Amino acid sequence: MDADVIIIGAGVVGAALAYGIARKGHKVLVLDGKDRDLRAARANFGLVWVQGKGSGTPAYTDLTVQSSDLWPTFRQELAEAAGSRVDYSRRGGLAFCLSEADYKARAALIDRTHNQRTEGYTEMLERPALERMLPAVTLGNEVVGASYCKLDGHTNPLQLYAALLGAVSALGGQVRFRSPVTSINPVPDGFQVDTPQGNIRARRVIVAAGLATPGLTDPLGLVVPLYAERGQILVTERLAPMLPLPASGLRQTAEGTVMIGATNEKAFDTGVTMQSAIKLARRAQRIIPALGSVRLVRQWSGLRVLSPDKAPIYAESTRHAGLFAAVCHSGVTLAAAHAAIVGPAMAEGRLPQNLAAFSNGRFNVQKCA
Amino acid sequence: MTYDVLIVGAGPAGMSAAVQLSRDGLAVAVVDEQPAPGGQIWRGVERNMSGPVSRALGADYRKGLALVEAFRASKAEYMPETQVWQIEEGWSVFLTSGGRARRVSARIVLLATGAQERPVPFPGWTLPGVMTVGAAQILLKSGGMLPEGRVWIAGAGPLPLLYATQALDLGGRLAGYLDTAGRPGLAVLQKLPGAWRDLAGLAKGAGWLRALRRKVDIVRDVKDLRAEGEGRLEHIEWSRHGKRQRVEADVLLVHEGVVPRIHETLALGCAHDWRAGQGYFAPRLGRWGEASRSGLFVAGDAGGIGGWSAAMVSGEIAALGIAARLGKGGDVEERRRQARLDDRRARALALRPLLDALYPPLRERLPDETIVCRCEEVTAGTIRAVTRTSVPDPNAVKAATRCGMGPCQGRQCGYTVQALLAEVHGVPVGSVAFFNIRPPLKPITLAEIASLEDMETAG
Amino acid sequence: MFRSVLEGSAAAPDMMVVVNGVETPAWNGETVASVLLRVPNAGRISPVSGKPRLPYCQMGVCFDCLAVVDGIASTQGCLVPVKPGMRIDIQRGPREIAR
Repeated sequence: MDADVIIIGAGVVGAALAYGIARKGHKVLVLDGKDRDLRAARANFGLVWVQGKGSGTPAYTDLTVQSSDLWPTFRQELAEAAGSRVDYSRRGGLAFCLSEADYKARAALIDRTHNQRTEGYTEMLERPALERMLPAVTLGNEVVGASYCKLDGHTNPLQLYAALLGAVSALGGQVRFRSPVTSINPVPDGFQVDTPQGNIRARRVIVAAGLATPGLTDPLGLVVPLYAERGQILVTERLAPMLPLPASGLRQTAEGTVMIGATNEKAFDTGVTMQSAIKLARRAQRIIPALGSVRLVRQWSGLRVLSPDKAPIYAESTRHAGLFAAVCHSGVTLAAAHAAIVGPAMAEGRLPQNLAAFSNGRFNVQKCA
Repeated sequence: MTYDVLIVGAGPAGMSAAVQLSRDGLAVAVVDEQPAPGGQIWRGVERNMSGPVSRALGADYRKGLALVEAFRASKAEYMPETQVWQIEEGWSVFLTSGGRARRVSARIVLLATGAQERPVPFPGWTLPGVMTVGAAQILLKSGGMLPEGRVWIAGAGPLPLLYATQALDLGGRLAGYLDTAGRPGLAVLQKLPGAWRDLAGLAKGAGWLRALRRKVDIVRDVKDLRAEGEGRLEHIEWSRHGKRQRVEADVLLVHEGVVPRIHETLALGCAHDWRAGQGYFAPRLGRWGEASRSGLFVAGDAGGIGGWSAAMVSGEIAALGIAARLGKGGDVEERRRQARLDDRRARALALRPLLDALYPPLRERLPDETIVCRCEEVTAGTIRAVTRTSVPDPNAVKAATRCGMGPCQGRQCGYTVQALLAEVHGVPVGSVAFFNIRPPLKPITLAEIASLEDMETAG
Repeated sequence: MFRSVLEGSAAAPDMMVVVNGVETPAWNGETVASVLLRVPNAGRISPVSGKPRLPYCQMGVCFDCLAVVDGIASTQGCLVPVKPGMRIDIQRGPREIAR
């Protein structure tokens, strides 16, 4: 055996699982794909976000809250393990409402999420309260208010990603780049994973390959239903600090740049369009008109990895014990839970009861495979 | 409005193509960042036709006026002081001028964006007082500016020689000239037979050097250049035959050749080839200058460095190819033969192999403390450390360090990152890719973007 | 760092521009970046390290000539010819956007 656990996919999900597994003392080997793979890990917006998540799927809301609470410790330990910087702040987060109707709809969504669980994390703020929270900016006339969730925060997703990969190596794990996996084959006592660079064996295999996951797991009967949704993002030149806390679709980074995002599009490539740039720029300007004078430096896109109910899938093959799939959209928010809970559980070969709600069985797929 | 052809760049290639395409009856627009036509080579030529600056700039410079006048007289619509910040296939070209953005459509786009100086990183190159020789020459052409104080030139190639000669002619003073090119080897002699086709060019270079030797100390075999100072340049330091030398300096002008501007073709996903002898990527072009994206043509130095006379010919060739594509221009193969375009281009390029052999791209080991990315101030040491545990992928370096994420979009660091990755991983430089280039090509305000009309054809 | 060969000759400057509030002579054909090189301490301050910078390339590719030109921030000074009365202000560190 080359490792205790092989993780296929060195994105932010695979790297967080690997980091958690390596911390437990298991020998972990992470396989990364080709340079030009889709790489949602490099396209992320950087929110560590609770509000609005998991409306309709209470288990997802719970896991999100749990991960968000784990984040401060996770971040500190990770930065130490990797010896690198991971910007993070948790002063709550906003979702701006640009009309009365928008405000009402937002309030209703927050209510629905809360009704599933008693604790109220999110409140609606009217414009005067919002203005007190953002003293350095003048809000546009259309801004009616915002929802505010005290648990929300944001990080630098690229620093997070680099630190995760660095920490895996520092803890004795191995990351192999340019090692695209062609197939997974069950062998006695585990699996053989084939790559153009050779075959590798381990007792357990976790596929965290984002949208490429079904191509690897479906042939073995572990059916993972996913779809892609494109999000385009804009980033501006560096500005003096003006946004003390992040908002959905608008956040200022520690460097001072302002990120504006993200669209939701049916598209299957990581191209960008002027139409989306226009839409994003207009919305940003409606929220803070002075942003109009700010220069756009870069526009990019990534593909969200979504299951039919948008919640993560953590699943073990019923046919081949020890083969797992771990795919989700919120790889940054859930990174702390992936490292602390999901990764170690998969490495030990059993998913705990509180993760049962994330099985692919909920989509009624495994039996028909 | 939809143009038949939108040309980006009003230098030798862009103007030649514009003149010919207009003559063939096509609706042509020419967009250029500069306030007047001529490109960098003939920058300000209409203003500089007499007086001391004109005399110093020389006859080759004044030759540009004929083409500028032909271009001014042509029917091509000229849009000066206008930047292209995004090109979408089909073709939509997004422009900004005077703080206002707009979109124009064209059936064909011709990129005649020319060259940029090869970025030359060394410790201290971001200090005020350090700039490029090309920049100093542009200042001379556009306002008659000369550097003051203790002025040093360091570099290789014909441009520093030419500029030094021009500056001295105008009464400028040089403290010294540091030649960073190694001694030419046997390879150079093998290039000589071809170079005889451009005797005049050879003689010119030799003349500059003779004139310069009489007036300035030329230090040869200079290595490990370094600039130092608190808040501005105060000293420069270099090694020669293992010995360190240090002098006071106010201005240091550097130059290590020029490379094609490829951000536009990279952003559009065109195929590029690594030209090992020249140390740059150039878009892969067909016989008529068409890139790997149909309807996108490239002419002049943007397609590979050839200088102004080769650029004019390639502009004419591209214009014929474009005309044919749009069903005009008659028998373009015959016109190509009649005008002896291929022979003229070969003659214009005759000196290139010799220059390439004389001045190969510099390959010194950069000290770790050298800033590689001027915008985000990322050092060579940081880049080495990051790539050591990864693969030679510039985009991984960009994600991990912010190198190439600033407003210049990797124009100043791309090739250095490539060289560092090749060094750390022990692979050929040409096997390492360039950064992915993201829009916009030039930073543009959000208000300008927001002001654009919705596009029905959005994907 | 630079001077015009026309400077000091009998010819008066072609125009006056205002650099950080100070009237400054300027010549036809020169750019904002060229003015920044003639006026002491007129360069920008890097928003990353806080260190001073001056125009480097003069051909639109280095972005070290960014300045506020007639109120428009982060303008590439090397691409803007001077005009009489033009206001040029230094950009020091990260921009503050108007409230």
